[in-house]
Amino acid sequence: MTDLLVSAAILLPLSGALVMVFFGKQLGEPWAGYLGTLTVVAAFGGAAIAAADFFTGTGETVVVRWFDWFPAFGVAVELRWDPLSALMTLVVTGVGSLIHLYSIGYMHGDARFGRFFTYLNLFVASMLILVLANNFAVMFVGWELVGLCSYLLISFWFEKETAAAAGKKAFVVNRVGDVGFIVALMLVFSHFGTFSFDEVLEGAGGLAAGTATAIGLLLLVGAAGKSAQLPLYVWLPDAMEGPTPVSALIHAATMVTAGVYLVARAAPIFAASEVAGAVVAIVGAATALFAATIALAQRDIKRVLAYSTISQLGFMFMAVGAAAYVAGVFHLMTHAFFKALLFLGAGSVIHGMHGEQDMTRMGGLARKMPITFATMAIAWLTISGIPPLSGFWSKDEILGSVFERGGLWVVLFGVGLLTAAITAFYMTRMMWLTFFGTPRWADGVHPHESPRVMTFPLLALAALSVVGGLVNTPFRTSLEHFLDPAFELVALAHPPEGSLALTLAGASVLAALIGIALAAVRYRTFRTEEGRTWRIMGRGYYVDDVYAQVFARTGKLGAAWLAFRFDARVIDGAVEGTGGLVRRIGGWMRPLQTGFVRSYGLAIAAGSVAMLAWFLSRGGL
Amino acid sequence: MTVTPGWYMALAAALFVIGVGGILLRRNALVMFMSVELMLNAVNLTFVAAGRELNAIEGQISVLFVMVVAAAEVVVGLAIIVAVFRRRKTASVDELAGLKG
Repeated sequence: MTDLLVSAAILLPLSGALVMVFFGKQLGEPWAGYLGTLTVVAAFGGAAIAAADFFTGTGETVVVRWFDWFPAFGVAVELRWDPLSALMTLVVTGVGSLIHLYSIGYMHGDARFGRFFTYLNLFVASMLILVLANNFAVMFVGWELVGLCSYLLISFWFEKETAAAAGKKAFVVNRVGDVGFIVALMLVFSHFGTFSFDEVLEGAGGLAAGTATAIGLLLLVGAAGKSAQLPLYVWLPDAMEGPTPVSALIHAATMVTAGVYLVARAAPIFAASEVAGAVVAIVGAATALFAATIALAQRDIKRVLAYSTISQLGFMFMAVGAAAYVAGVFHLMTHAFFKALLFLGAGSVIHGMHGEQDMTRMGGLARKMPITFATMAIAWLTISGIPPLSGFWSKDEILGSVFERGGLWVVLFGVGLLTAAITAFYMTRMMWLTFFGTPRWADGVHPHESPRVMTFPLLALAALSVVGGLVNTPFRTSLEHFLDPAFELVALAHPPEGSLALTLAGASVLAALIGIALAAVRYRTFRTEEGRTWRIMGRGYYVDDVYAQVFARTGKLGAAWLAFRFDARVIDGAVEGTGGLVRRIGGWMRPLQTGFVRSYGLAIAAGSVAMLAWFLSRGGL
Repeated sequence: MTVTPGWYMALAAALFVIGVGGILLRRNALVMFMSVELMLNAVNLTFVAAGRELNAIEGQISVLFVMVVAAAEVVVGLAIIVAVFRRRKTASVDELAGLKG
């Protein structure tokens, strides 16, 4: 029964996508949306039933074998149903269902309505392949498929040059990370002779520290590409060119968390290497702070959220790097709720403002869009870390676990705390610029509340953002019990207990309140940021420009050299040289062809005589 | 005076040289063709003479092969010459120099 439900979770959205590939246009609006939503809701229902045993603590890990893939390498297409993959499946299908529903309203009137849901369904199926895989090979298939869907959906409005370029950028940057992932897989196979999670992860303890570090760091390269961590984060802000539900589903709630999932899944490998885990945490902390400061100075509402996503993913990396896997996955889950809510709320604002994304042209929307405002306000307090909302619990657990590691880890804790304050600041800035103050709308813009098909997902996600954190509080660690079987091979880092926990929680709440207060005062009346520092942060520290100069320009120069120098001179030179040589030799030989048959005859006769003479001179034939 | 194989060889050599001379000196394609036949038959003569001398059947067999091939060659060659003559109103090989390099 379980294996049937687990298989169905993938096959339902996949078949939805298949049907819509052929009949998407005929189904049209809104039936394609209904079909797409229905398959994902059904997948969620099935997954919830299949996961019921895990909730009661009686669940066993189930492996569903589909078919042999490469018998020579012992690779089979197998699905793994354990608490970790179950939780991921529930988040993906649950948040996915709401975003599908929302998209019916958001994509209203789009010429390629059917195609949008084709891609969206394909994405859900791909993401489920990624999280349900029972070996690295199948996981890699899902990994690449979600990358493909991301590309297709970022450049969904491909008539727009910037959207097409953003899709390409995401694809190329992800390929850079994938190289690391592929090399890591090669190392895994050469050491274990298999890709199977069971065998690799159980054998990971016996790895030499150097090998474990190498595999871990290469996996981190792949994870950093997919999860937009330093230095491969540059594609995510540009990915905001895609439709907003895509940003919510793929570039906030699910796909970008694949890197966190990868590290959590490969936990025993990171446990075998002190260095790899520390590097993951440092990359995460650095990314969190770096992206948060950039988010401070963005004017585009979606770009604020994009940098915020990068920053929050940094928190998750910090957690899994510190071996606080439960905290990392916990934050992954709560972040999926509140960041999807923020994106959908932003989408609702953009929808109501007829496509306006610049916050300096918003303001005063609270009264015009009450539901959007109320739900966004909940998300704002959640991400800022105000108790008892979900973001507080998960962020606090991460910070506590990092602090408890002691030593230099306390520095990372400090970075996290500072980032938390900055997060509260930029989120408050976003709320104030968007919803309060005097309206600064462009001419002819009449903001209106979005239709119910869009506000319902907002309300559902707002409810989840409020209560979602209660699954794992210091008083009730249900999520930890739930996930325990998936992490039995590693020693988990825990937050401190007692008065120290209270102090840390107080510190993070204080940081959040300071951030909120500073921003609320600063943006009480509308103001734009001027000055050099703001400009530098607004441009994201010119990282894109540096990449464009260092990598893109070098690449273009190299390609130009190859095309106009190497190809024209060396390759063409060799080809034309060969032809020229033959032609010249032919020129020398031309006079031989006199066209007089009798001179040929004479040559044959002379040749025969010469041969005869030669044979006779050697004393017979 | 007995006729030894040497006589046959001498005759064959004489016929062959006449054929070569015909090819080298005459311009008419038809005559050159006849000269080629003369050379082939000179060789045939050496084959049968040597076959009789050595008491081997292969000499005669080779001749049969040569005659068959020569017959086929005549068919094709004459057809070409006739076709060329119809087009160019000449059978002189010196004027048929279209393949001059």
